[in-house]
Amino acid sequence: MEEDEDVIAGPRPIWSGTLAFGLISLPVSLFPANRGRPLSLKMVDPDGTPLARRYFCEKEGKALPADEIVRGYKLDDEHYVVVEDDELDSLAPERSREIDLRQFVRLDAVDPIYFERAYFLTPDEGATKAYRLLAKSMEDEQRAGIARFVMRGKEYLCAIVAEHGILRAETLRFHDEVRSPDMVGLPARKEPSKAALKRMQQAVKALATKKFDRAELTDDYIERLRAHVEKKLAAGRDVIRAPEEVAAAPSEDSNVVDLMQVLKERLQGRAPPADDKPATSRRPGRTAGAESGSKTRQKATPHRPDRSAGERPAKASRLKQLSRSELYARAQKLDLAGRSQMSKTQLVDALSQRG
Amino acid sequence: MAARAIWKGIIGFGDVRVPVKLYSGVQDRNVHFRLLHRKDRQPVRQAMVNPVSDEVVPYQDARRAFVSDNGDLVMLDNDELDALQPAPGREIEIVRFVPQQAIDHRWYERPYYLGPDGAGEDYFALAAALEQTGLEGLARWVMRNKAYVGALRVRDGYPMLVSLRHADEVVPVEALQPPGGKPLDARELSMARQLIGMLAAEFKPEEYADEYRERVLKLIEDKASGRGVKVVPIRRPKKSEDLAGALEASLKQARSA
Repeated sequence: MEEDEDVIAGPRPIWSGTLAFGLISLPVSLFPANRGRPLSLKMVDPDGTPLARRYFCEKEGKALPADEIVRGYKLDDEHYVVVEDDELDSLAPERSREIDLRQFVRLDAVDPIYFERAYFLTPDEGATKAYRLLAKSMEDEQRAGIARFVMRGKEYLCAIVAEHGILRAETLRFHDEVRSPDMVGLPARKEPSKAALKRMQQAVKALATKKFDRAELTDDYIERLRAHVEKKLAAGRDVIRAPEEVAAAPSEDSNVVDLMQVLKERLQGRAPPADDKPATSRRPGRTAGAESGSKTRQKATPHRPDRSAGERPAKASRLKQLSRSELYARAQKLDLAGRSQMSKTQLVDALSQRG
Repeated sequence: MAARAIWKGIIGFGDVRVPVKLYSGVQDRNVHFRLLHRKDRQPVRQAMVNPVSDEVVPYQDARRAFVSDNGDLVMLDNDELDALQPAPGREIEIVRFVPQQAIDHRWYERPYYLGPDGAGEDYFALAAALEQTGLEGLARWVMRNKAYVGALRVRDGYPMLVSLRHADEVVPVEALQPPGGKPLDARELSMARQLIGMLAAEFKPEEYADEYRERVLKLIEDKASGRGVKVVPIRRPKKSEDLAGALEASLKQARSA
């Protein structure tokens, strides 16, 4: 599961730049709105030492730091052209720092097959008012802005969508990345017989409901895995206990703040002042994005549950919006008895009573 | 040139059984790079390394472990992980049908066209029924040891299965608090809406070519033939202080465009 593509926890924005709306420049940061599987396994050696995934030079037999790694384009078996990050940025300097909203389209007019991946936009220092103004007017007009920008050596077409007072950048596939039925080679359409169509329509309608429940999108594998490790943990089977000092002392991982917490603070304009040199200073070792689609690998770090769990729990209605694993993480912090057996609804009930 | 099917399955709900083939609905057009060791321009390999000793641990010696909140490890071997995997099968089970907009695109991950596997009368009946009822299916299936949830819908008259992200993989926007502050200025709001109206357009995806991709390939060509390339520093524009003034000027500019 450390192979997951979008494990990008951590407090750093994935891109920082300016949203341009007419002559208004609005500095923003991008954070992923999708995340990897909530329960991640770590690679360890047989003694339980957590391993790190590193780039490795076979000849010298050593792991390489990020600054010794460059991108290369393969010409033939022995020749590569080395391409530097600043060269890639220079190919479209304005798009490397700016998302310029020149067109606003009706959101429902975008064929959903184009949508690829979503990011939240958070206002940088001093930009909150312009951010709110843009989000509100886009929501009122029911329109999404279309723009392009360059991130990690790749150009993205994106729709800027406003919802619930929050702006999202949703990257779109380019037209030539989407196939038509013709390109796939599907057979010419045939009219079904009246009888076959009627039977099919009846079968479809028999299963029709107005909506579905988010819980239906639960990953059963993860739930089975969760139950399995809980059982082993409780029985003490194959468990390597953390050394006291590790359990007590804050490790380097305590810097890895949960994405939700970071988003909450950023949206309220509380950006961490230092250590925030963002995604524009790319390190190739971490950003193999251009190498094969979007493998964004980070040093594997244990998943840290929602740190906001220490806050006063919100009302049940707010809790209901969280996933079971987020609720579970909160239950864990509060040490709620019987939590691993609880359904999502039961977790919501139990947590809201603790309010 | 017909594309190759990546998987075969059978759509099932009620008494309906429709055998289908899956084809990727998208194609990768990225420029691919390898990561190289800067010193000698040799491709690097990925390896699992013990961060303390910096020693490489061969893949077959690495184990998987779950890390609990307080740092305890639960070791897992491959057999027990395999036992947790979903059972393989050909069934694409349709759990329910919902109105077209009910499954928001935020769940969408990857689209697959469905082609008929066999004679196909039911296949075309299914496409027509989805079109005419305006419904789409919520599907579950297991493909190559992985359990998927998906949306069964129609595109250009052909059935399509879009794999969806799992519940925990989408950050719910409702759980976030939008930025707050003093009420927005009514005049600024009206100007901003007006500007959006003036920039209103149809979405025509074919108008946006990936020009940057071409530029990357040109850059590679230039470098390969020894031509120099120019590097410009990237500076971010300053943020606007006077919103009302900027909006007025923007409207004026848009009107004269």
